[in-house]
Amino acid sequence: MNIINLENITRIYQVGSEEVRALDDISLRIDKNEYVAIMGPSGSGKSTLMNILGCLDTPTSGKYDFKGINVSDMSDNELAEIRNREIGFVFQTFNLLPRSNAFHNVELPLIYSGMHSLKRKEIAKETLASVGLEDRVHHKPGELSGGQRQRVAIARALVTNPSIILADEPTGNLDSKTGEDIMLLFDAIHKQGNTIILVTHEEHIAKHAKRIIRLLDGKIERDE
Amino acid sequence: MSNYIFELKEGLIIALKAIRANKARAILTTLGVVIGICAVALMSTTIKGMDIAFEEGISSLGSDNLYIDKWAWFSNEEFWKMRNRKNLKLSDYEKFKNLAQLPIAVAPTLWIVKKVEFGNNYVEGTLITGSTNEYLKTTNFDFDEGRFFSAIESRSSRNVVVLGKEIADHLFKSKNASEKYIKISGIKFKVVGILKKQGSNLLGNFNPDKQVYMPIGAVFKHFERASKRSIAIIVRARNTSMVEKTKEEAEEIMRRVRGLMYDEENNFSINQQEGLTQNYDKTVGVIKIAGLFITGLSLLVGAIGIMNIMFVSVKERTREIGIRKAIGAKKRTILTQFITEASTICLIGGVIGLILAVLLSMAINKFLPTSIQFDTVILAIVISLITGVLAGFAPAYTAAKMDPVEALRYE
Ligand SMILES: Nc1ncnc2c1ncn2[C@@H]1O[C@H](COP(=O)(O)OP(=O)(O)OP(=O)(O)O)[C@@H](O)[C@H]1O
Ligand SMILES: [Mg+2]
Repeated sequence: MNIINLENITRIYQVGSEEVRALDDISLRIDKNEYVAIMGPSGSGKSTLMNILGCLDTPTSGKYDFKGINVSDMSDNELAEIRNREIGFVFQTFNLLPRSNAFHNVELPLIYSGMHSLKRKEIAKETLASVGLEDRVHHKPGELSGGQRQRVAIARALVTNPSIILADEPTGNLDSKTGEDIMLLFDAIHKQGNTIILVTHEEHIAKHAKRIIRLLDGKIERDE
Repeated sequence: MSNYIFELKEGLIIALKAIRANKARAILTTLGVVIGICAVALMSTTIKGMDIAFEEGISSLGSDNLYIDKWAWFSNEEFWKMRNRKNLKLSDYEKFKNLAQLPIAVAPTLWIVKKVEFGNNYVEGTLITGSTNEYLKTTNFDFDEGRFFSAIESRSSRNVVVLGKEIADHLFKSKNASEKYIKISGIKFKVVGILKKQGSNLLGNFNPDKQVYMPIGAVFKHFERASKRSIAIIVRARNTSMVEKTKEEAEEIMRRVRGLMYDEENNFSINQQEGLTQNYDKTVGVIKIAGLFITGLSLLVGAIGIMNIMFVSVKERTREIGIRKAIGAKKRTILTQFITEASTICLIGGVIGLILAVLLSMAINKFLPTSIQFDTVILAIVISLITGVLAGFAPAYTAAKMDPVEALRYE
């Protein structure tokens, strides 16, 4: 059963009078519990693809079915709801709220989903523990190491129990040892039955995935 | 709905956090609102104080009184016409009093202005009211010491006076005044009573605190020739609902007393305090409009300050907005968050402004019988919240409609 079904997706950026084809007629299926790495040189359209997969951006043309539902022409509010319930994001630069502690950062998606406070706090605590941060609950991002910050971000992505986890160069800002630790965490998350799509430049990171999609100039060059 | 309350609560928590992170800026921004709300509270308190003072003053004069006078107090009737009217004489008063059925009191009055002295103390330009003992029934006077002059003193035009509180304080300082003699134009008058403070500065010299009362006969005996001056007749109706009837009767009787034919115009006027009230409303109306303008202006300045700082805050937190949107915040959520933040800043400013106003109103209290009331507090809080919502809307809207991808890329 496929979660993601892209048909002829094109994303064009208008820069001045020039058109940039960031994605050019991409078709792609991803099934439940797949572990996919997206690779490709800088500017090949990896982030653009992730943004569309994550319903942060909408394609210029083409059709995107998410769990069998066409999201290409959904309203902003409906997309926000999909992002909240179905998608977990992990970014290269962590993107945590700097003034909030780890706990509140993880709790936030549940706040937006309208979950009751007691249940929410319990789940947030559990999720933080599952990424090994039970003793860093009240630390702010500035008081955490890079690896710990990324663990908070992963906990935040996991907390709503989403259908897919999207990670755009999650190890890009980490040293190789810490990066490897984070990848082991992703492996564990995948084993629990989650669907993971990650972008990376590095072959040894991509090795963790079971499937590698290579992009070049907005087109799929190879899919193995 | 419950979802909205929930978002509001979360927005409030976020707002407090954001304000705490930027204390200095929040304080500076709030200053405009502080001043604006302080102005709102003081202005509404002052106006209320003036109203209360005026009403107290009016009621100390007796609120159901009619004043039959040669002159119309508040009218556009031509001056020369009124000037040519016959003076009202004491004999007119006597006739009127005998015929009138409805009033509970009828008293003649004549005002003169003199210097009053006691030892080395004196008050220049004191308004002296000459009347009879019935005058008391047209007022709501209370006494600090002594009494009003009696019917006998009145009838026999004795040299007795009743002093308003301020006059007594000036002449006697803290000494006992009863049974002492004061001098007016070198003539000695015995003080038989001193009034309680009436508190009505808005009435100017007509404030009973600043007056001296004596038998009208004494005025004619010592200061005025009866033929030269026109008296006024105070007529007190039984109650407010009887004022109109009493007035009709008074007009009819006065026409008879003055010997007017059916086709002749009244050669007297019947005045009412309504005229005084209308006059007051006109004056205070101007003050109210000016006050509204000033407070409106200072609130506008405050609101612009808040709007400005909220725009800066939204810009600075572009990335935060991107993050929130990525994890599922809706437009409405972001809108609520920033409006709540602006309102919270305004509310804090409003509370500080109110505290400031309470302190300042203690100073105003020296002039007006007033203090900040509960409804003023509510008004100030509501206005500061509204200011926050209005000032926060545009920045919040900018935040809400940001594109998440752009916002996340923002450096
Ligand atoms: N907001 C934008 N406006 C205009 N052009 C854009 C925008 N975002 C991306 N592009 C262009 O689209 C193309 C693909 O960009 P994208 O960010 O997807 O590349 P990428 O594969 O993620 O690169 P990198 O590895 O450097 O992150 C690039 O040519 C880029 O210049
Ligand atoms: Mg990229």
